[in-house]
Amino acid sequence: MLSKKQLFTKGMVDISPHMLSVIPFGIICGAIGVELGFSPYLVYAMSFIIFGGASQIVFLQVLSGGASSLVAVTSVGIINSRHLLYGAVLSEYLEKLSFIKKLLISYLIVDQGFAESNKFFKKNKTEQHLHYHLIGTGCTMWICWQIATLSGIILGSFVPEELGLKFTIPLTFIAIVVQDLKKIDHLIVMITCGLSSLLFFDAPFKSYIIIAPVIALFVALLITRLKK
Amino acid sequence: MTWLSIIIAGILTYFTRMTMIALIDRDMLGDKIKAVLEYVPSAVFPAIIFPAIFINDYGAFIEMNDPKIFGAIVAIIVGYFSKNIIATILSGLISYWFLIFVVFS
Repeated sequence: MLSKKQLFTKGMVDISPHMLSVIPFGIICGAIGVELGFSPYLVYAMSFIIFGGASQIVFLQVLSGGASSLVAVTSVGIINSRHLLYGAVLSEYLEKLSFIKKLLISYLIVDQGFAESNKFFKKNKTEQHLHYHLIGTGCTMWICWQIATLSGIILGSFVPEELGLKFTIPLTFIAIVVQDLKKIDHLIVMITCGLSSLLFFDAPFKSYIIIAPVIALFVALLITRLKK
Repeated sequence: MTWLSIIIAGILTYFTRMTMIALIDRDMLGDKIKAVLEYVPSAVFPAIIFPAIFINDYGAFIEMNDPKIFGAIVAIIVGYFSKNIIATILSGLISYWFLIFVVFS
């Protein structure tokens, strides 16, 4: 049985390799916001209030492109709707927490944190204070994201664009799913999702980001039926 | 106005995170749904990976000889065998850099 502190630390350790992509991406996000002509306070406040990587950039790009705030808010809501799926998966492990703790821990749920904590949870179902792992991944992401976006806002794009560091984002997610490639059912679901995301890329409000997972989960449903 | 929209977007985002954890009782989800939820990572992350590789900043499909495709293939191979996140990211990035700065420059 691991202590709360050990679980928290394990969460921090498990998520830290992803900072290779999160930190450059955060710097780019901060710098883009200021370049688009928004107040630095406003750009930073988003990291605190929304705390959702790509959706922050999209929000500012949509507004600076002349679209209404309604379009910007809707885009953020749709892009971040994937968290509903993360929550549905994680709820199994957070059931026993008090309502207040559930409300607090929810703020920390992000893509990489969900992915790494979910992997840990699946292997350690019997641990008592599992949620401390999620707090560890979430807090690490939160702190790095704040520092990174703030640095981008203050220092501007000091990371040269030619380096193409945005490419680390797909690489980070490849690292998350790559071990599941050997499972044929997962491979089918991944290819369905990937191709659907390209097919629906031009759908309004960046909704490909949730349309593709819904299609892929439908295929997953068919697979679970066939397995029986 | 922009401030207000950010706050609304923030509340909306928070609700996407909180709803399934705090408001929905897990027993409401049937066994079939629980079995499908096993596939969430595989069903969500490729929607981030594919467009980031195959679609450029201007929303157009890239050429099949784009360095990003090569970088991604290297990352998949290295990641698969090393099971190491840092090795996956660095191998992909370095092979991408090798193409854009050495081969195609």
